[in-house]
Amino acid sequence: MEPSLASYLALSGILFAIGAVGVVYKRNAIGVFMCIELMLNAVNLTFVAFSRYYADVTGQLFVFMVMSVAAAEAAVGLGIIIAFFRNRQSIDVDDASILKN
Amino acid sequence: MVETILFFLFAGFAIACGISLVYHRNPLYSAISLVGVFLSLSCIYVTLAAPFIAAVQVLIYAGAIMVLVVFVILLLNLEDDKPRSSLTYLYGVAGGLGLALLAQAFFIFYAVSRAPKQAVNMDETVGRTLSIGQGMYTQYLLPVEIVGVMLLMAIIGGVVLARRLSQPQLELVVDEELDRRMESDQKDDYRISF
Repeated sequence: MEPSLASYLALSGILFAIGAVGVVYKRNAIGVFMCIELMLNAVNLTFVAFSRYYADVTGQLFVFMVMSVAAAEAAVGLGIIIAFFRNRQSIDVDDASILKN
Repeated sequence: MVETILFFLFAGFAIACGISLVYHRNPLYSAISLVGVFLSLSCIYVTLAAPFIAAVQVLIYAGAIMVLVVFVILLLNLEDDKPRSSLTYLYGVAGGLGLALLAQAFFIFYAVSRAPKQAVNMDETVGRTLSIGQGMYTQYLLPVEIVGVMLLMAIIGGVVLARRLSQPQLELVVDEELDRRMESDQKDDYRISF
């Protein structure tokens, strides 16, 4: 007996909710970045679960695309974090307010 | 039956690691929790008959991306995250958002488990490397090419961003702005003055 499709979707929804809460809750730019990665992984889980239950390879291919986007995001995002730290000596997202007034 | 036990084991581990990721204030502990999430999701992919995705998950996420994140954490020598002094209403926003998304997840669980059962096609060859490679280089060739171009752009962007600024004017603008703010109000937290 396999767990139903609904339980995979529920797990994915719970992980996505945790990630979304973390994006708002964290002050640290790296923490926000890691929570975004968690949300991407939650979406990947739904892709793989649907791919399994409909026996279609497209879901797994798009997981591969999401992983490529996540890798690109890691390179660019961490570059931005380092540049921000160099200017402000902090990676608190609340300090990124130079455009505010 | 074995799949169900494994699913609940790894699902519980993934959720516990996810909560620990948000809860810990030390970014290194958060990073290690995130590796736990990645590894348990990879085990769930194995039970979903997707061994290629499971291997790629460990290689790219737990191997490459998290090593990069841990390098940056250690390079910047970060201290622990402090609780917010300003913008405390964001805690309420986070709680509301989390509750709304959880309600949505359980609604989906309820709706999908109530839906009429379809004849599930358990084709074991779908997750194999062969079928993924065939799909990738025949039907989905254009998306793969686009991803390649996007990775090239990301590499160039990463190099440009991480390099020291060659135009001194840009750094001067930021320094002047910081000096101006420090002079304009001598409070510890200049954000309050907005």
